[in-house]
Amino acid sequence: MALKRILTSRWTKVPVFALCLIPALLLAWRALNGDLSANPIEFITHWTGDWTIRFLCITLAITPLRKLLRLPELIRFRRMLGLFGFFYASLHFLTWFVLDKFFDWHEILKDVVKRPFITAGFTAFVLLIPLAVTSTTGWIRRLGGKRWQMLHRLIYVSACVGVVHYYWLVKSDIRLPLLYGAVVTVLLAYRLVANLMRGRRPRAVLARSGPPAV
Amino acid sequence: MLIQRSPDVRPSEITPKHLYLNRRRFLVGLPVAALAAGNALAGPKLEGITKSPLSTTEKVTPYNDVTHYNNYYEFGTGKDQPASLAQKLKTSPWTVDVGGAVSKPQVFDIDAIMKMAPLEERIYRHRCVEAWSIVVPWIGFPLNALIKKAEPTEKARFVAFQTVLDRRVMLSESAAGIPLPYVEGLRIDEAMHPLAILCVGMYGEALPKQDGAPVRLVVPWKYGFKSIKSIVKIKFLEKQPPTTWNSTNAREYGFYSNVNPEVDHPRWSQASERRLGEFFRRKTLMFNGYADQVARLYVGMDLRKNY
Repeated sequence: MALKRILTSRWTKVPVFALCLIPALLLAWRALNGDLSANPIEFITHWTGDWTIRFLCITLAITPLRKLLRLPELIRFRRMLGLFGFFYASLHFLTWFVLDKFFDWHEILKDVVKRPFITAGFTAFVLLIPLAVTSTTGWIRRLGGKRWQMLHRLIYVSACVGVVHYYWLVKSDIRLPLLYGAVVTVLLAYRLVANLMRGRRPRAVLARSGPPAV
Repeated sequence: MLIQRSPDVRPSEITPKHLYLNRRRFLVGLPVAALAAGNALAGPKLEGITKSPLSTTEKVTPYNDVTHYNNYYEFGTGKDQPASLAQKLKTSPWTVDVGGAVSKPQVFDIDAIMKMAPLEERIYRHRCVEAWSIVVPWIGFPLNALIKKAEPTEKARFVAFQTVLDRRVMLSESAAGIPLPYVEGLRIDEAMHPLAILCVGMYGEALPKQDGAPVRLVVPWKYGFKSIKSIVKIKFLEKQPPTTWNSTNAREYGFYSNVNPEVDHPRWSQASERRLGEFFRRKTLMFNGYADQVARLYVGMDLRKNY
């Protein structure tokens, strides 16, 4: 099958990587052209935040898609997509930390403690750090598949808290936060249902089902 | 009454008016830029405007920012949306219905409002509750000129304002996330204060639609959402009128909504603000820097409770 060949080709990761970089390049292009609205720092904050939650959703969609479409090869892209989520989350965090607050530690600490939406955003970001660090094959081996898988379920929490962060910061138009909330809910509900159904199957089959799928 | 002006900016820092106006003319000259800016640059010039001593000497925010970074939820919740979506609003003919507790209720045509009092340029700081700010050369006249014409009765303790509601060109309430029509209010002494103006223009021209054409309120010591746009109705009342953001979220937006760096919004600090065009945040001033003029209105009031 042609699709399978494309998905398994070692070259496919290159265009996917380039595709994931487009939002960052587009932002840089707009910055060079002075096209970041009247409030550039706010614009960059929203842009990087939007792409963080989108990449978290895309990453969470890999497992359902590979099962529903019977395309196990999709797993090859999951790490890259997740790391891009972390990349945009880092840009988002740094925009706030450096551009908005300009290393004003006092204000930053106060915000993290006092402002629920910042507490949530900060938590969602911090939860992604161990996942980014242990994303290498070496770390999977060191932790062992089961423990690694457990740890990486933190992305569920991070995505949920990320949506809450978005919901808490908007003033009145909650349509987008609700949309992302619905997407994350569906993606997590799929896992719950799949898990319940798998629970009825004999364990022996599970043992041979290959690499950990979170 | 003594009205003071704080010398917070050195004269050498100020962009001369002919320069900032020229910057715009330069934009108009470029067909591509003019096209991109759309109708925003098409306001007719206003004549015979006097300069007000109440103006700040701070650097005026570029016209393009003030016309492309707007909160006008009826025309989109994104700040870039009103610049294009508000152009659909029909602002002529236009009347303002003035009534309630007044001896002379009447309907003013916009032409009558334009001639109601000598037009002044008032360069004011404008501080949004979202912690950004701009400096705008508004054109208008004291709101008290209109109030005096209506002759409020003893019962008039508050003034309520209402924005036009045209469902054919505006977002639905659920899309805007706020009840419509947009309503605002002031206490009568606030409304009578010489700093509160009815505004019909800015940057030497009639108001662009996204900035509240054809007539809006400007109350520079309060958060921007108090300065209601595109007014069709002014009513004098005995009781405090409901206001849109307050009825959307009373904990976050009070009736008074005076700029106050010491009283935080529940979700963010109001201690500092980002002036559009500046990289570093600047400290927010009490009553947006108009404390000398307006603090007396709130003597004895708990501003933490009456936020």
